[in-house]
Parts: sequence; structure tokens; C-alpha cells
Amino acid sequence: MLRKIRIVLAAVAFVLCTLLFLDFSGFMTHWAGWMAKIQFLPAVLALNFGVVIVLLLLTLLFGRLYCSVICPLGVFQDGISWLSGRRKGKSARFRKSGEKKWLRYGLLVVFIIALVAGVNVIASLLAPYSSYGRIVQNIFAPVWDWGNNLGALISEKAGGYGFAHKEVWIRSLPTFIIAAATLVLIFVLAWKNGRTYCNTICPVGTVLSFFSRFAIFRPVIDSSKCKDCHLCEHKCKASCIDIENHSVDYSRCVDCFDCIDSCKFGAMHYKPVWKCGSKKASPDGGNDAGRRAFLVSGVIAATGLAVKAQEKKVDGGYAAVTGKKAPERTQPLVPAGAVSLKHFHQHCTACQLCVSQCPNDVLRPSSSLERLMQPEMSYEKGWCRPECTKCSEVCPAGAILEITPEEKTAIHVGTASVDYDLCVVNRDGVSCGNCARHCPAGAISMVHKDPEDKDSLRIPTVMEDRCIGCGACEYLCPSRPYSAIHVNGRIEHIDNR
Amino acid sequence: MSKNINRRDFLKTAGAGLVGAGAASLTGCSSSGNKDGDKGPGQMEVRTAPDGGKVSLLGYGCMRWPMVKGPDGKDVIDQEAVNEMVDYAYSHGVNYYDTSPAYLQGQSEAAAGEALSRYPRNSYYIATKMSNFNVWTAEASLKIYRDSMEQLRTDYFDYYLLHAIGSGGVKAFEERYVDNGMMDFMLKEREAGWDFVQIEMNYMDWQHAKVPRNVNADYLYEELDKREIPVTVMEPLLGGRLASLPENLAAMLKEREPEMSVASWAFRFAGSYPRVLTVLSGMSSMDPLIENVETYSHFKPLTDKEIELLKEIAGLMSDYPVVGCTDCKYCMPCPYGIDIPGIFKHYNTCVNEGTIAQSREQEEFRRLKRAYLVGYDRAVETVRQADHCIGCGQCEPHCPQSIQIPHELHRIATYIEKLRRETL
Repeated sequence: MLRKIRIVLAAVAFVLCTLLFLDFSGFMTHWAGWMAKIQFLPAVLALNFGVVIVLLLLTLLFGRLYCSVICPLGVFQDGISWLSGRRKGKSARFRKSGEKKWLRYGLLVVFIIALVAGVNVIASLLAPYSSYGRIVQNIFAPVWDWGNNLGALISEKAGGYGFAHKEVWIRSLPTFIIAAATLVLIFVLAWKNGRTYCNTICPVGTVLSFFSRFAIFRPVIDSSKCKDCHLCEHKCKASCIDIENHSVDYSRCVDCFDCIDSCKFGAMHYKPVWKCGSKKASPDGGNDAGRRAFLVSGVIAATGLAVKAQEKKVDGGYAAVTGKKAPERTQPLVPAGAVSLKHFHQHCTACQLCVSQCPNDVLRPSSSLERLMQPEMSYEKGWCRPECTKCSEVCPAGAILEITPEEKTAIHVGTASVDYDLCVVNRDGVSCGNCARHCPAGAISMVHKDPEDKDSLRIPTVMEDRCIGCGACEYLCPSRPYSAIHVNGRIEHIDNR
Repeated sequence: MSKNINRRDFLKTAGAGLVGAGAASLTGCSSSGNKDGDKGPGQMEVRTAPDGGKVSLLGYGCMRWPMVKGPDGKDVIDQEAVNEMVDYAYSHGVNYYDTSPAYLQGQSEAAAGEALSRYPRNSYYIATKMSNFNVWTAEASLKIYRDSMEQLRTDYFDYYLLHAIGSGGVKAFEERYVDNGMMDFMLKEREAGWDFVQIEMNYMDWQHAKVPRNVNADYLYEELDKREIPVTVMEPLLGGRLASLPENLAAMLKEREPEMSVASWAFRFAGSYPRVLTVLSGMSSMDPLIENVETYSHFKPLTDKEIELLKEIAGLMSDYPVVGCTDCKYCMPCPYGIDIPGIFKHYNTCVNEGTIAQSREQEEFRRLKRAYLVGYDRAVETVRQADHCIGCGQCEPHCPQSIQIPHELHRIATYIEKLRRETL
């Protein structure tokens, strides 16, 4: 019964959490956004003490229910493990193993040092929720989006507007590779040994284990009824039951209740600590794991531009439009609400939820080493539109604090600067002013190229104090592949609220 | 329904010798309209040219044929479809084919040549044009003339037009045709024949043409009629705009003739004037072709009362905020990649269907917004949308409708921006 309840709750939480990343209509983030906010690490980083305390108390009371119900990566592993059991025809395939203490605590120490030292790459590589978010965003979302695009195709044929086409693109190759590698690793570990990841690598699992050791409710073996059949041991995907000693390692038990359901003699019970005499498990065994490094930075091949004036003027056809390339920015651009690069860097768990929700294709994980996988903005496919505050609404870790669209218009996240050699007014000798025309802050003025000649063409100039860094100018600049105007991020955002 | 019609290069000042130079024997065509829809075979309406030649009232405009992607990713004409449509048109009595070296990215003449060369040369009329827009030296112009013959696989033209003489004024006219000696050359080429003038004529342009560059068709027609000069009509549907009228206006026509399409009214309008020799329609697929053949095979001229109705509708139409784009693509390619006609078309469609959101207070605002934006992304690639127009104005002189293209694009971009921000 307990097991069934656990499975139902876990399934619901898992589906909600996964859809949170997949659905881009805003429906899920509105109704299930809290799923991300009750995740342990984001709550810690957001200094969301309420959630952290509740989660710790929950663990202290009932054990690591968090791991078997709330954590999407944990439930994901249960799914894989279950499939593996079905495939292999036996669900009782686990073996008791000891606690890999040095690995577990070693990684926790590394994790904490990384967090404190601000090397968030390592922290976000290890964090379970971030890993799962990355897997969904990079691996599952494209499949989901293709499904959506199929729907869009059908609805277009039918003349409806239910589905709109969504471009599927790899936002950052390193992040994609990391997500794929994580998926493979998780899959292999779960397929073979169940919850190895949770009990040897996962820093959240390790932190919770300190509390679950003293959990008040816990599964215990009634030695008087136990026939030493080892069935529960073989059913235990956390490999934490030691039948020889009739003991359970509560630091690793994730409260899946499989053992209780499997015991044919009624020797397993979930009950409060005062109703049992507890014993401890002996450590040994465990599992491997290491993460992956990578290199590479992706560049998308661009086609040639330049439509030559034709000898013969013919009608119709399109001039080729070259894709835009990201410029080098003196400082990275992070969304309004991030306060400063430092604040953002310290809080972001690189879960990719904001990336998956960005409707303007502005956010993508960074490929630079020090901010690896943490999102940053770039304006090749769109600009950070004034009416949108999606990322600030969904961020569970407090890296992007919630703002309103009105507040957004007053927050300067970056400053535009013009490259006059690229500007088409100089290059093609045409009049343009598209940057000024679309600047929502009125920060760009068109001035005479030659101040003496009032008939000369006009070139753009940026009033730095008004520029908010939204990137309308950069995105809509006709110069390709590099825009003649681009936005550099600010280290500290200016907030004129 | 076909939105597809032809062109305009029309004579601004009457009498300024617009020209078709005919050559060689123009025999009567095989106007044996047979096998039509439910009304029996019918007979293609035929008009007689001053030299006695019999010209079908429906003429084929060769500038809107379907394009497909070739192996190198470039657009090429779907020759198979063209052949099929020409076969149908020819066998139903259509014997006037109007093309230009500029049409369809320069491919129209070759495709017309391929399709038509399968029939005896003296059984159809070819009209093509001196489209010397960019370079108008004598050599370049002569080359255009000779190339047209080669492309069309012929050694004579039945009708030859000075292309788009309106744009650029008298100065451009003299440079393009007089100073370089082309006029003298063509007069020599023209052995036997008669002048004719091709004008844009439909019930909108009759009295509501876009000034200053366009002239009302009623004036042009009357001047030509006075001089007994035959008229060939282009844009009878105004680029398809008269095939899809705003809903309430369409209903006015449907009320009168429930079974007739809205487009057929425009064709009947053009055909109702006796000085009209042929009405060019740029039919891009079989369906409009069959319908137009049908309209002119059981041709019923409009009654005075019906003409009044169309004039009333034209008056109402001119109050709609649609952009007067006929999708002729003369403005294309935009050097900055903007899909000018695509943007206008989507906007016009929404105006005509009444699906333009007016205000965010509106009950259906969210739905209309989504429909406009999703439909926009489907119709026009994002990098070719109106917000990317830099306003360089290079397109503007090419527009035969005198549309202030950058101004209109910016107007639409502003509307879309308001729609997105919900500040309408």
C-alpha cells in the first residue's frame, strides 16, 4: 500500500516536473512552477529557508522521501530500473553493497567547496535537479518540439492556430554533450544497479542522508519473522538491506517501500524508531562514476551574403539572408532580475528551466568555462522583448529574481555599442536607422554622418544612460552575420525602479 | 480562387504611341471551346483586332506560374504544370499569351516558349516586352529583344510592349526608348499591325486608382476608345484582391448571384467593354484557369445595374486600410531580404477577413493576436518580416502601384509591435 502511494505520488511529481521543462505555452509554469521551487538545491541557493527546513524535517520524520517522490532524477532512475527489471525478467536483481563513503563524502566536500568558491560548473554538474533539467531541455525537448511542429503542420493545413511552429536548435554544444553524457551515465547506472547515483554521487542525497539516518519512521526487519530469504535485499534498488545482520542502512534508503511489499512473511514494517531496536549496516561495495570533460565550441556554418546587382533586372525571388553570429561581448548578458553577474553566478544551478521557457530564443547555456551551462543572453534569433518576464517567473534558485514588465523597462542589463565599419549606412551607402526605429527605450539617435553637411546620411549613436540592453537594435540590425550594433553586458545591473 | 493576374505598364498620356507591333499572318485561332463544366461546351468569347485577327477575351498572363525548388535550391518554374495549364487554355480557345523577360525571375519566356512551341506558331499570339529597366543602351536593349525571340522559340512577335513606361516619367521614357534608337528599330520591325495599349483595368481602378502614379481606368479607356485603339487589360483582379473581398462586400455580390464566384464579377467587368481585346489573367493553377475559361465561354456582359453595384463596392473598398499590393513582385528581390509582398498579403488577408485586432479591450483580442502572429510566422520567415525593413527605399521606384513600401512596412511593423506588447 505504501509502495503504491509512493509510486502514484512520484509519477505525478515526475510528470509535472518534466512537463515544466517541455511545455512552452506557459500553462505548466503557471500551475506547476512550484515543483521547481521545492527542489532542494534551488531552494538552498534561493535562500528559501522555508522549503529547505520543510524538506529537512520531512527527511528527519520519514526518511528520504524527497529522493523517491520529489526528485525527478530519482524517479527517472526508478523508471529505468523498472524497465531493466522487466527486460531482464527479474525484478529481484540487486545485491547488497556497502556504502562508498570516500566517494560519497568526497564528492559532497568537492560540491560544497565548489559552491562556496563560486565554481558553479562543478556544483551544477553534480546537482540532480539541474542534471535532469539539462537532460530534458537538451534531449527530450527536441522530440517534444518536433511533435509540436508536426501538430503545427497539421493545424496549418487545417487552417487552425492551435500549434505554432517552434525552431529546434542546439543552444550550446558543450551543454548538449554534458546532458547526453549525463543521460548515458544515469541510464547505465540505473539499468544495472538502481539507485547507485543517488547514494554515491548525488550531493543532495548525501546531505539528506545525514538526516535520514535519524529518521523517525523507517523500514525495519522483524527478526522474529524474517526467514532470511533475501528477497527484500534483492529487491532493494538502493542496495542498503543487510539480511545477514537484519539491518538497513538508513543513510542510503530512499523509502521506496519495495521491500515491505515484497516480503512474504510480513517481516518488513515501516514504523517509528521507538518501536524497534535499530542496527547499522556495514559498508562495502558501491559504484563508480566520474564525469566528463569536453571541449569544442560549435559554430554554425554560414552561407555567403551579398546579392550582386543583376545585369538584367528580373522580378521576384529572395535575397539570401545570412544567419547572425554572436559577437564577442565584453561582459556576458544575463536577464533583468539577475541583479548582477555575481549574484546570478552564485545562485544559478544551470537547470535550464529559463532556457526552455524563453519564448524569444534569447537564452542559451554558456559555453565559456567559468560559467559553463549557466544561461546567458544573445540576440541572434530574437531580442529580450519588453512584455516578457518569463525567466524571472520560473527561476527556482533566485538567480533571476521576479520582476514585472513595468520594472523590466527600468533595468539596464547591458549597453549597446556601434561598430561603424559594419553599419550599412557606411557600408552600402543607404539610409537605415532600423536600430533607432525599434529601440523601446529611445536610446538611439540618428545623427548626421558629417555634422557640417546637413544632407548627409544619418548614423546611429547610443545614449548609454538610456540603453537597457534589450537587444532590439542588435537583432534588427541589417548587417550580417555580425550586427553593426551589439550589446555588452553590465557587471552590475542598474535598476532605476 | 486565383489571385493571379497580370501586370501593368500602361499609358499615361493618351496617344503617346504605346505599341504592339504585329508581324506576319494572324490567322483565326481555333477557338473551339469544348468540354466545359455543367453548362455545356460554350464558346470562348472572341474579340476582333483591327487587322481582323480573332483574339480570345481571356488572355494568359505568364507571370504567376508555380515555382518549385530546383536541385540547387533555386526556384524554377514547374514546367509540367505549365504545359498542362497551357494545354487546357489552348484547347479551350485561349490564344493570347503575355510574358516578359523580367517575369518569374527571368524564366517566364523560356517556359512559355517550351509550352507553346508544341502548337503551330500561327495558332496563337505572343505578347512580350522591352523590359530594359536597368541598362538601356542600344546593345543591351537589342539583346533583350533578340533573347526574347530565342526564349520564345519564334522569329516574330504578335504584340510587343514598352514595359512600364509610367515609371521615371518622360525623361526615362526618352532614355529607354528614344535616345538609344530603340523606337526607330521597333517601328522598322513592325511591318503590318496596329497599335494597342495595355492598361490596368478593373472596377477598383475604374475610378479609384492610386494617384499620383496611376490614372483612373475610365479615363484611359475612354481616350483609347475615342481613338479606336484596342485595349488589352492587365490586373483584372487587382492581384487577386478582387477575388477575396472583405466579407460584407463579398456578400453583396453573392446576394445578387449566389452561384457565381466573386472573381468572376471582375472578369465580367473587364470583358463588358467592347474595345477590350483580351483580358490577361496570370493563372497559376488549373482551378482559376478552368473557372476563367468558363466565365468567358458563357460570357454575359454586365448590365448597367450590375456595373453600378461594382462601382459602389469599389467606393466601399477604398475605405479599407489594405495595402494596394497586387503581388506582382516587381519590388523583389529586396536587397535586405524582406518578403515585401508576403507581408502585405498576410496583412490584407486579415483586414479582409476582419481578423485584425483593433484594441486589447476587444473580446477576442487574444485569439486574434495569436492568429495574426502565428499566421505571420507561417507566411513569412522571421528574418524577412517587416521589422527588418531598414527603409532604404530601393524598392519604391519599382512599384507599379506607387505604394510607399517602406512606409507601409513600418506601419505594419508598428501594428505588430503593439499587438505583441498588447498596447493596442
